[in-house]
Amino acid sequence: MTPKRQKRLMLIIAMVVGVSIAVGLILKAFNQNLMYFYSTTEVQEGLAPQGQMIRLGGLVVEGSVNRPKNDVMIEFKLTDNQSEVTVRYSGILPDLFREGQGILAHGQLNQQHIFIADEVLAKHDENYMPPEVADSLQQSQ
Amino acid sequence: MIIELGQFSLILALCLSIIQMIVPLVGAQKGNSRLMSVAKPVVWGQFFFVSLAFAILTLAFINDDFSVRYVAQHGNTQMPLLYKVSAVWGAHEGSLLLWVLLLTTWGAALTLFTKSIPIEMMSRVIAVMGMISIGFLAFMIFTSNPFERLYPLVMEGQGLNALLQDPGLALHPPMLYMGYVGFSVAFSFAIAALIGGNLDSAWARVSRPWTITAWIFLTVGITLGSWWAYYELGWGGWWFWDPVENASLMPWLLGTALIHSLAVTDKRAALKRWTVLLAILTFSASLLGTFIVRSGVLTSVHAFATDPERGAFILAFLLIVIGGSLILYAWRAPSISLGGRFNFVSRESFILSNNVLILVIAAFVLLGTLYPLIYDAMGWGKISVGFPWFNQMLLWFSPLLLILLGIGPVVHWRHAKLKYVWQQIKIPLVLTIILTSGLASIFSLGFNNSLLGLFLAVWVLTSHFSIWLTPLVKGKTVNSLVNRSLAYYGMLVAHIGVGILVIGITFVSSHEIEKDLRMAPGDSYQMASYRFTFEGVNDVIGENYVAQQGLVKVFNDIDVLIAELRPEKREYSTQTMPMTEAAIDVGIWRDLYVSLGDEITGDAWSLRLYYKPFVRWIWAGGLLIALGGFLAGIDRRYRFVQQRRKDIS
Repeated sequence: MTPKRQKRLMLIIAMVVGVSIAVGLILKAFNQNLMYFYSTTEVQEGLAPQGQMIRLGGLVVEGSVNRPKNDVMIEFKLTDNQSEVTVRYSGILPDLFREGQGILAHGQLNQQHIFIADEVLAKHDENYMPPEVADSLQQSQ
Repeated sequence: MIIELGQFSLILALCLSIIQMIVPLVGAQKGNSRLMSVAKPVVWGQFFFVSLAFAILTLAFINDDFSVRYVAQHGNTQMPLLYKVSAVWGAHEGSLLLWVLLLTTWGAALTLFTKSIPIEMMSRVIAVMGMISIGFLAFMIFTSNPFERLYPLVMEGQGLNALLQDPGLALHPPMLYMGYVGFSVAFSFAIAALIGGNLDSAWARVSRPWTITAWIFLTVGITLGSWWAYYELGWGGWWFWDPVENASLMPWLLGTALIHSLAVTDKRAALKRWTVLLAILTFSASLLGTFIVRSGVLTSVHAFATDPERGAFILAFLLIVIGGSLILYAWRAPSISLGGRFNFVSRESFILSNNVLILVIAAFVLLGTLYPLIYDAMGWGKISVGFPWFNQMLLWFSPLLLILLGIGPVVHWRHAKLKYVWQQIKIPLVLTIILTSGLASIFSLGFNNSLLGLFLAVWVLTSHFSIWLTPLVKGKTVNSLVNRSLAYYGMLVAHIGVGILVIGITFVSSHEIEKDLRMAPGDSYQMASYRFTFEGVNDVIGENYVAQQGLVKVFNDIDVLIAELRPEKREYSTQTMPMTEAAIDVGIWRDLYVSLGDEITGDAWSLRLYYKPFVRWIWAGGLLIALGGFLAGIDRRYRFVQQRRKDIS
């Protein structure tokens, strides 16, 4: 190999190594930030991990919304018409949150199988149903 | 009857766009000037019929013609005139009509202002725009007709979604669309050049002002959207990495890369292949954005319609346009001459490095946006990509971009000496280190991301001020500072805008305070150096809504009342859902932001309080970036009449 070719080969090897490391790091960070969706039935069957960020979706059970301590903490139940999960959220709910509505929540399951939500999402259209929730309702029938 | 006229206009416009695609292109290939002369009248005819259709739909909204399904779904007799008009593009069908209207407007403007290019080139450009027009008109007529009648007709329309009844939103979509659609001009020039095989740098010069104009609109559109989300959605966020936001960010990033590489191709005749590829990718990203927003494939606030037929149509169109142009590129690109050569240390290679970094950022935005879709399609489960990932990626890739941004403008074209570059940057570098450590101790920043953000922002600012002031040090007069080209000032202003933007993002991310709490009348809460006191809630009646209005008084650290904030919870007469209207005390250094939650017991309410330092700097930065583009765009180099005179003489 001529010195010039050798230099070029080294450059290519360095680039390949650099790119692979970058891609590896990106994918590692990526996998740590993926949030899986679980239905309420899957949570009740113990399929959902504890202490890890997940998304939970379902219909807000009629009459289940209450404030146990009369402060900003709100408790309600979500259902897929088969099993229910209790959700706790401290903060202001979105405008479209109401009983009977399909919603998505981001958060973690605690030891008592209560879902501690960081974020509650209700879409800005009263007829809208999150696709994940629509699917889970269909499966539970 | 007039509604049918609107429908008929659309069909005529479609027929004209088919002629527009075929006749000028055949003319250009055969060198037949009679066929090529068809291009202009057809473009103007199409512009006329689409404008007519748009006017008719607008009139239907103003006159509350609920026999039209689209008007019945989104119009209402109670809405103020402004929102009756903005309701035209408030949903799917009408926004497509706006898309096509803007496309034909760009086409008409192109025939009006571009006189210095050969007629063959112009004919090919017009033909490519005709092809895009066919896609959108056919999509509208066959799957989403705004003029569809409703039977039996209704007495009152459902009204525009209350969220969209806002002056910011009346402007936001047309701005974004001007940007999306405007990139079709750069795309058409690139494709026309590929078809014609004449890829000299002339096409870059002609398409540059068009691309910059489109990019300005997109910049303003995104800035407006961010500002709107901040005050209207009531969540106080300014960027959510929502699929729809990403859909506008990707074309913006690629467009930013494109205007820089166009500059290189124009000035140095270098990077020709790269520029053509970027032009194709930028418009592809615009189409992809339209697909993401309008097909409802992704869970998003913006997905008003979920309709698989529409999705399939746009997807097919997307594949034809992107696939077709990439195949054309692969076929023709090898024949493009390499053009101007440059050294490793040169302005060209700095711009190229920044292009690559911007492309990498656009690529991860694409990955994060589409990954949930791919994951679901593969049957692996339903996931979403958390916004921390996007932030992390930006934190990895943008620092290098910003460091290079401060060096690039001092590097000479083609061949630069490292020693010279170092001499130019050492003073701003030292200044940056001093200023950053000073500011970091004032704001008590730790050794973390916010320190990095501050350093980068200060670096971008000081390096550009030093670029501007250097001639003074070298003994030139003040006059020499002022007598620079507008393009040069455009570059300075836009880059300084980036610095301002980074300051805003850094401080609002590291120093904002958010608190949701229960407050009874008389309760106070201390946040930063401000005391928020809740006074209670009253009922108020607005133009087309009733509201519960809270009163929060804000005192500063010496107990002086500085603001009375009145957040509202509104019920619009036409809608069943309530709407949170936040109240904001605006300032250069901070915003104080309050939104009203629900009644907990008796007089006690849940409230959300925010302290948002430097948040205005984000939008100020965005507007400065757009202003920089504007200055560069009106530089005399692009005034076509003068250009032509020079060519003749």
